[in-house]
Amino acid sequence: MKRKSPYPYWFVFPAAVIFTTLFLVPSVASLWFSLTRWDLFTAEFIGLENFVQFFKEPFLVQGMTNTVIFAFVTSSLKTVLGLLLAVLLTSGIFAQGFLRILVFFPVLVSTIGVGITFTRLMHPTKGAINIALAQMGIDGPGWLTDPSLALFSVALVDVWKGVGLATLIYIAGLASIAPEYYEAARIDGATRLQQFWRVTVPLVRPATVTVITLSLIGGLRSFDIVWAMTKGGPGFSSDVLASVIYKQYQAGFYGLSTAGNVILFALVALIVIPLVSWMNRKEVDQ
Amino acid sequence: MKHMKYSGLVAAALMAMSGAAQAEVTLTVLIDNAPNTVAQWEGISAAFTAANPDIVLELETRPGGGEGDNIVKTRLATGEMTDVFAYNSGSLFQALNPEANLLDLSDLEGQANVLDSFKPTVSAGGKVYGVPVGSAMGGGIFYHRPTYEELGLSIPMTWAEFMENNAKIKEAGKAAVGGTFGATWTSQLFVLADYFNVQAQVPDFAEKYTANEIKYATTPAAVRGFEHLQEVYEAGVMNADYGAATFEEGVAMVATGEVVHYPMLTFAIGAIAQNNPDELNDVGFFAQPGDDPNSNGLTVWMPGGVYMPKTAQNVEEGKKLLNFIASVAGCDAQTEATGFQGPYLVKGCDAPLDVVPSVADMMPYFEADGRTAPALEFLSPVKGPALEQITVEVGSGIRSAADGAALYDQDVEKQAKQLGLPNW
Repeated sequence: MKRKSPYPYWFVFPAAVIFTTLFLVPSVASLWFSLTRWDLFTAEFIGLENFVQFFKEPFLVQGMTNTVIFAFVTSSLKTVLGLLLAVLLTSGIFAQGFLRILVFFPVLVSTIGVGITFTRLMHPTKGAINIALAQMGIDGPGWLTDPSLALFSVALVDVWKGVGLATLIYIAGLASIAPEYYEAARIDGATRLQQFWRVTVPLVRPATVTVITLSLIGGLRSFDIVWAMTKGGPGFSSDVLASVIYKQYQAGFYGLSTAGNVILFALVALIVIPLVSWMNRKEVDQ
Repeated sequence: MKHMKYSGLVAAALMAMSGAAQAEVTLTVLIDNAPNTVAQWEGISAAFTAANPDIVLELETRPGGGEGDNIVKTRLATGEMTDVFAYNSGSLFQALNPEANLLDLSDLEGQANVLDSFKPTVSAGGKVYGVPVGSAMGGGIFYHRPTYEELGLSIPMTWAEFMENNAKIKEAGKAAVGGTFGATWTSQLFVLADYFNVQAQVPDFAEKYTANEIKYATTPAAVRGFEHLQEVYEAGVMNADYGAATFEEGVAMVATGEVVHYPMLTFAIGAIAQNNPDELNDVGFFAQPGDDPNSNGLTVWMPGGVYMPKTAQNVEEGKKLLNFIASVAGCDAQTEATGFQGPYLVKGCDAPLDVVPSVADMMPYFEADGRTAPALEFLSPVKGPALEQITVEVGSGIRSAADGAALYDQDVEKQAKQLGLPNW
């Protein structure tokens, strides 16, 4: 039986007003504008033409592929490295607190700042990375200017910046594992590696679900780090969906870019909703 | 979005000294944040307030490029534009929907001083909406004069001669062409500045292009620009960091001779004057050569315009400022602030006798008949937004010239459809 809420409905009113004006109205408006030729001054209804045009965009397919590659590369690296770092940083090593701060610190720095800094560090001839490599006799590649490398260079920087958050979530997850499990495993003669695979990994699962979900959504809609470092270049080789959309907006094709955002929304929902429900179901099964 | 404010400090100080007690009007002006533009407008502001002590200018800056376009459009659409604003002429001006948003300035007194060649670039529906600020620019190639002398090179009149010079420079162990694809827009020059040569061979290109009757990829004269990018890449004559270098670095490289050629618009003279004043005399300029030595000329960019929105608060004072800018006193104020960088589009504003070599190299094109042609963006509203990515690809060997031109045609089609042009 459903119990009647003890609070009157008008308690909802302030939140409803904020939600309606800031979220509901713009969402509905963007659906409308995605069906128009819109120059900010006038909007002319053109049906689904923007969506047709957006799917004809020569770099859309590459942008989508890149988006998915970027999201999966960053998400899996953040998950793996985050877990390993968390295990290391809860093992009671020297200067543990200081090292935790060090790992988390990049999360706090502005993405644009990180992007600009790494653009300098990855400069093909004057960047610190290639100068250091040259000292060792290695001819460093054009990290951001080689079309086959650019996307991965940006992904690595994104991992460097974001792995601290994954580590933090994992540290919290590890802390919630009761020490008795490890004790029992040790009595059964489990090695450290077996303890990790048989105890830590299964029991830290809720943290894994959180890390994967957050980093995957973050990766799919990533824009700032890409724009700060390569602007989708060289050419179109590191374009992601969000940068393709932004370029339509820059060009003044407001209806077209709104249509792109509707598509991005659908893509994120399409990937993330089944994934989350699948991961949650597995959790219940156990 | 960054906003910095410069107030008419010089003017205020002058007034304080003269003890003037008139009612002061503050006229707000939105300009882009390029150092050269800011210097130019500070000069205009000081001279204008000296002549009109009761009006003070408040300069507000905005970023350039696509972000700046959006700021201008948003502020016009929301009615929050400043009293006066400076913005591009030509196709970007047309995108502002001038008839709905801007004050009709056809009857402004100062229009009598504006050269007729400029007016179409700030007109819509038979009405004129702006006056020119700054000078006309050429798109071509800057070169390092001391290296030219040292290697005994002469100014190329054809593209083949240009490539021969590049080969000789490479042999001498120097980078011949400055590539600065870190600032993607700079990669477009070989294509855009080739328009003089395109129209020399296909005189009605712009007209047919707007009407969707002719394409880049299927017009050999138009593909040449893309081929130039490919040839320069394949010759291996660019600086090693061409993929990452920026516009400022390009300007510094050609001023110091680190690269010998730099394809660019002549507004870069302002940047050289600001950043490398000691090397200003080492830099020369020539038009981008085509294949026919008998038809050698310069592709010209019109200066931007100064406009007033319909929502302007101080209309009379704003018109006074526009009249001042479209007068000899207005150009003198700009020349004093930034040096003479090219011909003004205002009657009576002649070149001073002592101009820097790059300007001296450019002036003969303007003075002779049939040696200039406006860039395509002043003749046609059709310009694809992805050109700069495509030219980076062709210029970096990622895509062939023919492919690049075909892809650009596709990009242009999208833009024309978004503009709602007929025939597309």
